[in-house]
Amino acid sequence: MSDTAVSSAGPTRPAQPAARPGAEAVRRSFSSPLASVFVIAVTVLWTIPTFGLLATSLRPKEAVATTGWWEMFVHPDLILSNYHTVLFEGSFGVSGGLMPYLVNSLAISVPATVFPLVLASMAAYALAWVRFKGSDTVFFVIFALQVVPLQMALIPLLQLFSGGAHLGGATILPAFDLSGTYVPVWLAHTMFALPLATFLLHNFISQLPRDLMEAAVVDGASHFRIFWSIVLPLCTPALASFAIFQFLWVWNDLLVALTFAGGNPDVAPMTARLAQLSGSFGGRWELLTAGAFLSLIVPLVVFFSLQRYFVRGLLAGSVKG
Amino acid sequence: MTRKPRPAPFRRRLLAVPAVLALVLAAACSNSSSGSKGGGQAAGPLTGDCSKYQAYAGHSGTKVTMYASILSPESDSLEKSWAEFSTCTGIKISYEGSNDFESQLQVRVTGGNAPDFAIIPQPGLLAQMVKSGKAVKPPAQTVANEDKWNPVWKTYGSVNGTFYAAPMSANMKSLVWYSPKAFQQAGYQVPQTWADLMALSDRIAKAGSGKPWCGGIGSGTATGWPATDWLEEAVLGSYGGDVYDQWVGHQVKFSDPKIIAAMQTVAGWMQNPAWVNGGIGDVKSIATTTFQDAGTPILTGKCWMLQQASFYQAQWPKDTKIGPDGDVFAFHLPAVNPAVTNPVEGGGEFLTAFSGRPEVQAVQNYLSSSDWASSRVKVSTGWVSANQGVDKSLYTDPIDKLSAEALTDPAATFRFDASDLMPAAVGAAQEWKSLTAWFAQGQAIPKVAADIDAAWPQ
Repeated sequence: MSDTAVSSAGPTRPAQPAARPGAEAVRRSFSSPLASVFVIAVTVLWTIPTFGLLATSLRPKEAVATTGWWEMFVHPDLILSNYHTVLFEGSFGVSGGLMPYLVNSLAISVPATVFPLVLASMAAYALAWVRFKGSDTVFFVIFALQVVPLQMALIPLLQLFSGGAHLGGATILPAFDLSGTYVPVWLAHTMFALPLATFLLHNFISQLPRDLMEAAVVDGASHFRIFWSIVLPLCTPALASFAIFQFLWVWNDLLVALTFAGGNPDVAPMTARLAQLSGSFGGRWELLTAGAFLSLIVPLVVFFSLQRYFVRGLLAGSVKG
Repeated sequence: MTRKPRPAPFRRRLLAVPAVLALVLAAACSNSSSGSKGGGQAAGPLTGDCSKYQAYAGHSGTKVTMYASILSPESDSLEKSWAEFSTCTGIKISYEGSNDFESQLQVRVTGGNAPDFAIIPQPGLLAQMVKSGKAVKPPAQTVANEDKWNPVWKTYGSVNGTFYAAPMSANMKSLVWYSPKAFQQAGYQVPQTWADLMALSDRIAKAGSGKPWCGGIGSGTATGWPATDWLEEAVLGSYGGDVYDQWVGHQVKFSDPKIIAAMQTVAGWMQNPAWVNGGIGDVKSIATTTFQDAGTPILTGKCWMLQQASFYQAQWPKDTKIGPDGDVFAFHLPAVNPAVTNPVEGGGEFLTAFSGRPEVQAVQNYLSSSDWASSRVKVSTGWVSANQGVDKSLYTDPIDKLSAEALTDPAATFRFDASDLMPAAVGAAQEWKSLTAWFAQGQAIPKVAADIDAAWPQ
């Protein structure tokens, strides 16, 4: 409803173009027929590889090995057996094909999305509205942590998990026996997500009207009460958009999963299985395409169920509107 | 300035989050407790079919982890081969295959999360693992079992003279795939010498029905490795084992006249415009064709021969008949220089232990025995052991049999794939790149050689 209000309000308000002629020009050029044709062309081009993936997943192995997917228009010989193989045929000692990995992927992605959201929203509130000495410095340090590449931290983090931390002879952190559980993967994803999450949410939360907070304080609300009853409901779009980002990132991640869920097929996510589907010599990539399509389903569901927050949330904290 | 009442549905949704969280946490905790080790000692001798595993008994309820680059379905055959051992001894072998094995193994070992075993196909990577200090020397029984292999294998499983890893499997690279049917129809004989091979190629080219050779060196991020095999065949077949070993050790450089001459041999063979790339394109198409697809023109008669390893067998379509009178078969690539007897270039996989626990040693002993090798050979084709204790009549597949005979031949000059022995910066990086450029862009041989030499770690 608000979307239609904005788009219909734009052209009917005469005062606006005078104040922001640039914005109006941009808006007009985006809605011209030429631009529409251009956008459609780009969309079609962009979709071709995905369509090729879908086409390949429906073709038999011999056809995939000898001809390109566009041949399906000439020889429409489509089958579903690739999907059947991927879904139901396990390898030795693993029954159920992709299903156990799908469950693992969910068991990794959901907590690894919730943990950073909970921690980062609390941190963002505290850094934005709780006045304490050095809060700006803390925020800046967290922000700066974004520049640490994930790849650089993998081995030290793995060492920490498997060996604990020792300084001289003293044990600072004991070695947690976490191998074979989801915990290292959750922790790793949470850690790597926190700087960006805190930064985005901080920018959003700090722009909430001060009056609201003051009124709450006058009414006698504690910080937790303000956070829970005012801040969280108001920053739903930002939370949702970050949740989408984080969920998709964790769902598609292979590197962190391989490193921290290592050595244990019981906790390996779908991406780890997908990477093995084509076999030792890469000969069975018709299975890979089918598997890839199956792994698309969950992210698509998440995206479409949260997408109304997405565009709003994308701009959250970045532009003052 | 009044507080807006909060919509109720949101609160309910928020409350659902901790609930889901609690569920997942509970699931994870139950998972971890079931994953912990049992560590009991089984008493009493093994009976019946299990009695042959008596030597490995006493570790019931234990678990060892294994990490390798072998994926399903090949890994299924591996797991089947030790299934009986596992049932009888009670040692569970948890196998994990990954095609990021080479990089992930280093991450895990450095990160302190090493598997109990890794099946390492490159002696260069084995050396790196030993250097990390985490690899564990094998027990005496494994060392004794390994003596059934050709002595040169011990050096490939050793680092600085200390033996670390026993070979599990061997594969043969010195093969030329061809179609016996097509050869018979055209009246061609399988060549016995390099001169015969060259004469035959010339004859096929002049006959005009397809080109004599096809090839492809595309292989994702490892593009170029089949070209290293061609160069290795030329070096080993021209100069024999000693020069080959010096080349691997960089005492003989790539820019050495000998290696340059070997590259010219390859250029006259696989870069000869009249001879390649049958059914696919010109010389440059070798660089853009994946090694998996390179042999397909042989089935349609557009190409006559493909130099590729024994494991290329898996690439033929399911209904292809493989055998001396079938659709495809392979012959032993003759030596460039007839003075070099029976050169065999091959590869293999080495079982490296990262733990000295008794159950790990029991598994290591079993997997180095000829009993296990025979058990694996029986499970399915496409696996060859160079263990002299394996009965050759067990091989049901003609290619496996051919490879096993060549690999166990005491008179053969066996050498391991040089690019797997060289430092990774060369053998798994610069050599691939430079040889690909050689095929794709027609770079001059001296430049290719100089580029590879420059990448050799000091």
